[in-house]
Amino acid sequence: MAAPTSVTLPAITPQVLLGLTALAILGYDAVVPDREDRGVLAGIATVGALATLAVTAFFISEGTGFDEPLYQFERQLVVDGMSLFLTFLVAAVTAMVAVASYDYLRGHDYQAEYYSLLLLAATGMSLMAASNSLATAFVSLELASLPSYGLVAFLKDNEGSVEAGLKYFLIGALSSAVFVYGVSLVYGVTGSLLLGEVAAGIGGAEGMSGLLGIGVLMIVGGFAFKTASVPFHFWAPEAYEGAVAPISGFVSSASKAAGFFLAFRVLTEAFPASTLIDLGVDWVLAAQVIAIATMTLGNFAAATQENVKRMLAYSSVGHAGYALIGLAALNGGHDGLVLGASMSHLMVYGFMNTGAFLFVALAEYWDVGRTFEDYNGLATKAPVASLAMTIFMFSLAGLPVGGGFLSKYFLFLGTVATGTWWLGAALVVNSALSLYYYARVVKALWIEEPATEHHLDGYPVGLYLALLVAALVTVALLPGFGMVIETAQDATTVLGP
Amino acid sequence: MLIEAILAVTFLAAVVVLVAPDRWAPKLALAGSLLPLLGSLWMYWQFEYGSAGVSGNALLDGALAFETDAVWLSAGGYELRWLVGVDGLSLPLVVLTGLLTPLAILAAWTPIDERKSQFYGLVLFIEAALLGVFVALDFFAWFVFWEAVLIPMYFLIAIWGGPRRKYAAVKFLVYTNVASLVMFGAFMALVFGLGGEVSSFALPEIAQALQSAEPTLAGIDAGTLKLVAFVAMFAGFGVKVPIVPFHTWLPDAHVEAPTPASVILAGVLLKMGTYALLRFNFTMLPDVAADLAVPIAAIAVISVIYGAMLALAQQDLKRIVAYSSISSMGYVILGLVAYTTYGIGGATFQMVSHGLLSGLMFMTVGVVYNVTHTRMVGDLSGIADRMPVTAGVFVAGAFGYMGLPLMAGFAGEVFVFLGSFGSTTLPNAPLFTAAAMFGIVIVAGYLLFAMQRALFGEYRVDTEYDAHPAATHDLVALVIAVLLVVALGVAPRIFFQMIQEAANPIVALLGGGA
Repeated sequence: MAAPTSVTLPAITPQVLLGLTALAILGYDAVVPDREDRGVLAGIATVGALATLAVTAFFISEGTGFDEPLYQFERQLVVDGMSLFLTFLVAAVTAMVAVASYDYLRGHDYQAEYYSLLLLAATGMSLMAASNSLATAFVSLELASLPSYGLVAFLKDNEGSVEAGLKYFLIGALSSAVFVYGVSLVYGVTGSLLLGEVAAGIGGAEGMSGLLGIGVLMIVGGFAFKTASVPFHFWAPEAYEGAVAPISGFVSSASKAAGFFLAFRVLTEAFPASTLIDLGVDWVLAAQVIAIATMTLGNFAAATQENVKRMLAYSSVGHAGYALIGLAALNGGHDGLVLGASMSHLMVYGFMNTGAFLFVALAEYWDVGRTFEDYNGLATKAPVASLAMTIFMFSLAGLPVGGGFLSKYFLFLGTVATGTWWLGAALVVNSALSLYYYARVVKALWIEEPATEHHLDGYPVGLYLALLVAALVTVALLPGFGMVIETAQDATTVLGP
Repeated sequence: MLIEAILAVTFLAAVVVLVAPDRWAPKLALAGSLLPLLGSLWMYWQFEYGSAGVSGNALLDGALAFETDAVWLSAGGYELRWLVGVDGLSLPLVVLTGLLTPLAILAAWTPIDERKSQFYGLVLFIEAALLGVFVALDFFAWFVFWEAVLIPMYFLIAIWGGPRRKYAAVKFLVYTNVASLVMFGAFMALVFGLGGEVSSFALPEIAQALQSAEPTLAGIDAGTLKLVAFVAMFAGFGVKVPIVPFHTWLPDAHVEAPTPASVILAGVLLKMGTYALLRFNFTMLPDVAADLAVPIAAIAVISVIYGAMLALAQQDLKRIVAYSSISSMGYVILGLVAYTTYGIGGATFQMVSHGLLSGLMFMTVGVVYNVTHTRMVGDLSGIADRMPVTAGVFVAGAFGYMGLPLMAGFAGEVFVFLGSFGSTTLPNAPLFTAAAMFGIVIVAGYLLFAMQRALFGEYRVDTEYDAHPAATHDLVALVIAVLLVVALGVAPRIFFQMIQEAANPIVALLGGGA
C-alpha cells in the first residue's frame, strides 16, 4: 500500500508521543532547573498533548486498526479503533488541563513534576485501552494510577489535598492488589494472560468455574475502583474535592474513561458474557446491579451537597453509572450499539465534565468560595465563563444544549433495544433528578443576588481558553454527534473473542 | 432551504441581541423578530394546497412543503435525519409563532427594565426553538427543539418573574422535563417494537408503519404495548397542554412569569402539547384513541369545566386568564378525540385562535398591571375611564374568549362542537359536547364579572399608582392582536382550508365523517 517514498508511522505513535513529552518536561527541568518561565512547561505539555491529538485524529480518519487490529509486541498491545478513540479523549482532556493549569499553578513549586506526572498518567491511560493482555493491563493501570496519586496530593501544604491523595492511594493500592490477585486466578485457570487466549482457555475450565468466577469478580472489582463505581467509589468524592480542580477534571474524566475502556476490552475479549454465563459466572448481571446502584447513589448524594466541587464529584459517580450501561446491557443482541453509546457518552463527558471542573478551578483562582451560595451572581461579573458553565450543567443534565443530550439518549436507546428497559428507566429517573442539582448552579450564577460584591482578580487567559474550548466542543457535539457515535460503533466491530 | 434560513436567522438574531448593549436590545429584538415573521408569511403565501399543490398530511403520505431531508447520523441500525417541512397542520402554528413573538416583544418594552439584552435574546431563542418544534419531522430533531424550549423559558421566569419566580421556574422545568422523559420512553418502546419495519426516526415513516404493523417488544403483545405507549405519551404531552390533573404547574408559571413570557407560554408553548398529541397519539395510534375515546373525552370535559371553575374562583386577573387556558385547551382535546374533519380541524384552528386570544388577554392584563401595579380584581374599579383603549381591547378579548361571532374564538369553538357532536367514534358524543358547551357559560360568567368590577363603575385603584393611558407601543400591539383575532373570525378559511386538507387523512384512518 505504501509508495516507496512514504513513511509509515508506528501504530503506537500516540502513546509514545505522550510518554516522550513527559520525559521532555523532566529533561527541560534537569537542564534549566531554576526558572520563572512556567509557560515553557505548560507549553511543552500542551504541544505534546495536541500533537498526540493530531496523530490520533489522523489515524482515526485513516481507519487505522478499525478493520483489522494492529497487534504490537507479541500481541501484548493492540492499536484499534477503541484504543485510538480513548487516546483522542485522553489527549484532548490533557491538553485542556495543561492549558488551564498554567494559570492555576501560578506561585506553586514543582511545576515540572506536575506536568510530567500529568503526561505520564495520560500515557498510562491511553495504554489501558491498548492492552491486549492482563499483564499490560495491570502495568498500564498502575502507570495511570501512581502519577494520579501524586497529582491529587500535589498541594502538599493543603490538608484536604494530602488527605485526598492518601485515601486515593490506600484504596487504589488495595484494589490493585485485588485486581492482580484476580489476574493470577484467571491465569491459573486458563493458562494465559493474553485476552484472546484467556477466552479460548475458558472452554477447558469446566471443573474450575468457581475459581474463574472469583477471579473475574476480583478483576471487575479493580475496574469498579478505577471507574469510581459502587462499592469502590468512596475515594472519589474525597479525591475530586481535595485535588487541585484541573486534576479533579482530569481524574474524573480521562482516568474514568480509561478504566471503562479497559473494562470493555477485557470483559468482551477475555470473558465473553455468553461463554461465562454457561459456566455460571454472570458478570453482566453484576454490571447491572452496579450500574443502577452507582447512578442512583451518585445522584442522590449529589443532590444533597452544598459544595459545588463535591456535587460535581458525586455527579461524576452518577455518570459512571450511566456509562456502565455499556457493560450492563451487553449480550442483548446490540453490543455494538450499547458499547458505542457508552464510549460516546464518555467522550462527551470528557469535555463537559472537564469544563465544569475548570470553571470550579476558575472560581478557586478568584477565591469566590466553594458553595452554591458563593457562586451567587457570578454571571454579572463573568458572563462568558458563566455561559460556558451553564452549557456544561445543562448538557450534563441531558438537555439539548450539548452532546450530553444525545449520548444519554443513545444509552437509553441501547437499553430499550436490548430489553433491559429497567436500566433505561433508572437512567431516565436519575437524569430527571439530576436536572435539579445542576440547575442549582445555573440558578446561583444567573438568578441569585450575591451576598457580597465579587472582586475578580483578572481574567486568566489559559483557564478561559480551556473553558471556551470545552464549551465549544460540548455544543458542537450536538450536531456533530454522528461522527462520535459512528466512530465508536465502528470501533467496536473488531471486539469479541 | 427556506425553513433552515428562517431558523438560522432567528437564532442569529437571538445571539446578536444577546451581546448587544441593553439600550439597543428592545428595538433590535423587534427588528429581529420581524424576519421570521416575514419568512413565515412568505411560507404561507407560497404554500399551495388542494389539487393545485401540496396536499394531505405530512405523516400520512402527504407531500411536504419546503422539505429538506438529510441524514444527520446513523447508529444502531437507525438513521437520525434532518427532516423538516410543513403541512396544513403545522404551517398555521408556524405563522402563529411568527406573529406572536413581535407582539410579545412589544409587550416587554414597558415592564422589562433590567438585563434587557439577555431578556430579548432569550425570547428570540424560544422563538427559534418553537419554530423548530413545528417544522421538524424527525423524532430526534423534533425532540431537540422540544427540550430546547424549556431552557430559555426557565430563565425568563426565574430572572424577570414575580416574587415566587424561582420556585415557579424550577417547578416548570422539572415538571415538563419529567413529562418529556416519560413520553420519550414510551415512543422509543413503540419504535423498537416495530423492529425491522422502520429504519429511521422519521415521523412519517413511523406513522405509516404503525398503521399496518403490530409492534411487540420483550414479549409484550401489540395491543398492550400500544395502549401503554399511548397512555404514557398522552400523559407526557398532557402536562404541556395542560390537562387536568397535570395542570398545577401552569398557574404558578403564569402568575410569576413576566407578561411577554406569559404571552409566549400561553400563546405557543401550550400548543406544543396539543400539536404533539395530534401528531403522535391521534395520528399514529388512532385505534387506541378510539378505544379510549370515552376517558379522553371525559378528561377534556373535566378540563373545560374544572378549568373554568378554577378561573371563576380567582381574584387575580392573570390567574383568571391562566386557568381559562386550561379550559380552552380542553376544547382542543375534545375536538381531537372526535375524529371528524371539523373536530380535528377545529381543534387545530382553536390552537391558533386561542394562541392569539390568550396572548391578547395576557398583554391586556400586563398593560393594566404596568400602569396600576395590581392585577387584583378587588383593587380595581372603573379603569375604563382612564384607559379607554385598553379597556376596549379587554372587552374585545373577553368576548372573543366567550365565542362572540365574527371573532376567532367563535369559529374555533363552533368547529369543535360541530365536529364532536357528529363524531362516530366517540360514544354519546352529543352528551360530551353539551357538557363541554356548558363551559362557555362559566367563561362568560367569570369574564363578565371581572370586567364589570374592574373596568366599569366608579374609578378606583387601591395602589399608590394612578391609571393613565398606556404607552403607544403597547396599544399598537394590542390593536394588532385584536385585528388578527377579528380577521380569523371573519375569514376562518385563512387557515381552515389548509388545516382541513391535512386533517382529512387522519379522519380517514377511522372512517369518520365531516
